[in-house]
Amino acid sequence: MRTLYHFNGGVHPPTHKAQSTQTPIMQAGLPSRLVVPLHQHAGNSAKPAVQVGDHVLKGQLFGMPEGSVSSAVHAPTSGTVTAIDMQVVAHPSGLPDLCVTLLPDGRDEWITRVSTDYLQTNPAELRQLLRLAGVVGLGGAVFPSDLKLRPGTQKIKALVLNGAECEPYITCDDMLMRERADEIVRGAEMMRHILEAGEVLIGIEDNKPAAIAAMRAAVSANSLNTMEVVVVPTIYPGGGAKQLIRVLTGIEVAAGVRSTDLGVQCFNVATAYSAHRAIEHGEPLISRIVTLTGNVQQAQNFEVLIGTPVNELVALAGAKADTNGYIMGGPMMGVPLPSDQVTVTKATNCIIASSPALFPPPPPSMPCIRCTRCVEVCPAELQPQDLYWFAKAKNFGKAQEFNLFDCIECGACSYMCPSNIPLVQYYRFAKSEIWANEREKDAANLARERHEYHLLRIEREKQEKAEKLAQKEKAAAAAKAAATTGTDAKTIEALRAQVREIARPASEHPKE
Amino acid sequence: MFSPFITHAGSVREIMFKVLLALIPGIALYAWYFGPAILVSIALASLTAVATEAAMLKLRRRPLAPFLSDNSALLTAWLLALSIPPLAPWWLVVVGTMFAISIAKHLYGGLGNNPFNPAMIGYAVLIISFPVYMTHWLAPHGLGQLELSFADQLQFIFGGQFPQNITLDAVSMATPLDTLKTQLHAGHAVTDIFQMPVYGYLSGHGSELVALGYIAGGIYLLFNRVISWHLPAVFLLSLFVTAGAFHLADPAHFVPPLFHLFSGAAMLAAFFILTDPVTSPTTIRGKFIFAAGAGFLTYIIRVFGGYPDGVAFATLLMNICVPLIDAYTQPKVFGKKGVK
Repeated sequence: MRTLYHFNGGVHPPTHKAQSTQTPIMQAGLPSRLVVPLHQHAGNSAKPAVQVGDHVLKGQLFGMPEGSVSSAVHAPTSGTVTAIDMQVVAHPSGLPDLCVTLLPDGRDEWITRVSTDYLQTNPAELRQLLRLAGVVGLGGAVFPSDLKLRPGTQKIKALVLNGAECEPYITCDDMLMRERADEIVRGAEMMRHILEAGEVLIGIEDNKPAAIAAMRAAVSANSLNTMEVVVVPTIYPGGGAKQLIRVLTGIEVAAGVRSTDLGVQCFNVATAYSAHRAIEHGEPLISRIVTLTGNVQQAQNFEVLIGTPVNELVALAGAKADTNGYIMGGPMMGVPLPSDQVTVTKATNCIIASSPALFPPPPPSMPCIRCTRCVEVCPAELQPQDLYWFAKAKNFGKAQEFNLFDCIECGACSYMCPSNIPLVQYYRFAKSEIWANEREKDAANLARERHEYHLLRIEREKQEKAEKLAQKEKAAAAAKAAATTGTDAKTIEALRAQVREIARPASEHPKE
Repeated sequence: MFSPFITHAGSVREIMFKVLLALIPGIALYAWYFGPAILVSIALASLTAVATEAAMLKLRRRPLAPFLSDNSALLTAWLLALSIPPLAPWWLVVVGTMFAISIAKHLYGGLGNNPFNPAMIGYAVLIISFPVYMTHWLAPHGLGQLELSFADQLQFIFGGQFPQNITLDAVSMATPLDTLKTQLHAGHAVTDIFQMPVYGYLSGHGSELVALGYIAGGIYLLFNRVISWHLPAVFLLSLFVTAGAFHLADPAHFVPPLFHLFSGAAMLAAFFILTDPVTSPTTIRGKFIFAAGAGFLTYIIRVFGGYPDGVAFATLLMNICVPLIDAYTQPKVFGKKGVK
């Protein structure tokens, strides 16, 4: 038995996972239209690579990655591009972002797909392949996977594959592991190869016996002796990357530290699956598994094309009449969707139809009584009651001193708070205020630097002018003196030239 | 709407209610050994606390319903009533409770914002202002020269009158802690003093069983995770070690440590007073320092100070230190614990 490590706290909310695991993953099929945001990943938005009116094939590039932290976006099916414009996307802000709208032609016609032999390809090329295939972390953070596959300052001892899926309601990874374990395992092996990692540890919570069995079978079928399925206790947020790394390896990755520098890396199981599709089958990331659950007739997992409108997806499960909104993600960390018109992105692991009965509004907040139930459950080992106090008082300096930015926003503190204080909201508020202040400060610094440089330049020009004047006078005096003392004409001419040179305006001088 | 969308059952009201519930065994034993007067004090303090709470909320323009139903004022009332002699005149209870709720709690911002334990502030105000009334402790069942009927007790509490031929001295007696102090001053040895009828097996006759009642309540709170073990365990250990050290050094003049654990308000403090989350530290190391300090000060004030018990002042002195303790005992966070 492998030694498992412990992380502080955690909570045990009711899992509600059974209702969406009764039936196999179902294909959601072609929707009436697909709206594909160009910014579905951490980093820079992809640069549009198509124009309105273009006919595209399934898997054709919609957007090129731009800058080092970016990823590609592709056409989920074949059809015609009808618009490239700003549309409301699946983000809590409700702000619009640049999207490509595709009208499917119904033929679902692929581009030419090329399989790559990963063993014959160097890691840098494989990383580029994944970047162009739009493979990003499907656990929710959507960080470009190619960047996470760059080796760190030391050898990667363990590649952690995250199949913990600790959030209540969500079962997309569970079902993927049950049904497509072989491809996940092969994708993980490719990732191990790219990272030159020692071993692969697949962490799955003990409430998923079917997934555990399937993954174990896949590992032995592929006779991978560097890979092990490790059953971890069911506890929220045990599926947080930092928490799972801690449980499986004992390593604590602090905020702002690259895990590869500590010899460990972590990917979601669905990301490994997507990496396998990209490398083995030449298929870019154009679909994902989405759990549709909550206040619906039939909770189920669907394989959904990226860009599918939420309302068309929800129709497949049948939202009940008293549905009052949709949550993207789980009930602990999910975000309310601005409308059901937004579309599924690479980050959409789950859509929960909410109702007043399912998620009743919390009772009014009471004052904090410093009971420290939040401290007991905080996986980051913070003092949430102090952070709350500082955030409320807008004492952001103190909040940072108390490690505000180590907060992973898992919501365990809010969940436990007997005073029903929306603690995480306070931390998000404090963080965004600090970011805004920093941006302002940066802007002010830039303006000040420019102004100071401007003053410096004026001063320098003034000085230069004065110097030139002095030299000119000196040269003139010397010429005069030379003339009176009978210096030859050649010398006088040279001195005159010198005076002319000095007297030329500053702007005519060649730049230094 | 924002995440998390679900919440764990539990509320301030429920926490306070469980603490009240946990006090019941101690109160029951108290009433059994010392007569039902304590129930009158508790009722009186409860009424005063709720009325004061309502008035203060009104003055502060805060909603009445959520705060009146949070049980926190009742808890302050019960703890204060248990700290003062049951045979006190009614106005003593009322003044102490009013002060605790209005000044010590609401003027600092109400629930969650008071730096000092309100019940202990109430006690401190009373013992400084009305020291004589604060010594009217009833003799335990079977030990007094006379026993008052419940009607007689009521008559004294509300009318200030005893039945004819009964004096206060006949029905009240000094507490075991007080007796010990005066007898030691008179030059008697500890072993002789313990032969007096006021003493039981470990400390005071009757009061040691009330202490057991508080322990029972404390265990209930520990099992229900309303309180953590740190404060009670460290406080009792600190009191035990301090008393033990003195006892070892001079057994003739310093009583065995268990006497201190079962005397006065030690058990009440361990499980119900120090454990008030609002006025105690939030860090684990802080809890150790706070509880150890309170145990040490309780002993020092009891043995060398001028007051009958040291719990209230020890608690208040440590309450003052809480912000400092918290500031200097911040634990390292995840991933920043240094090289392992």
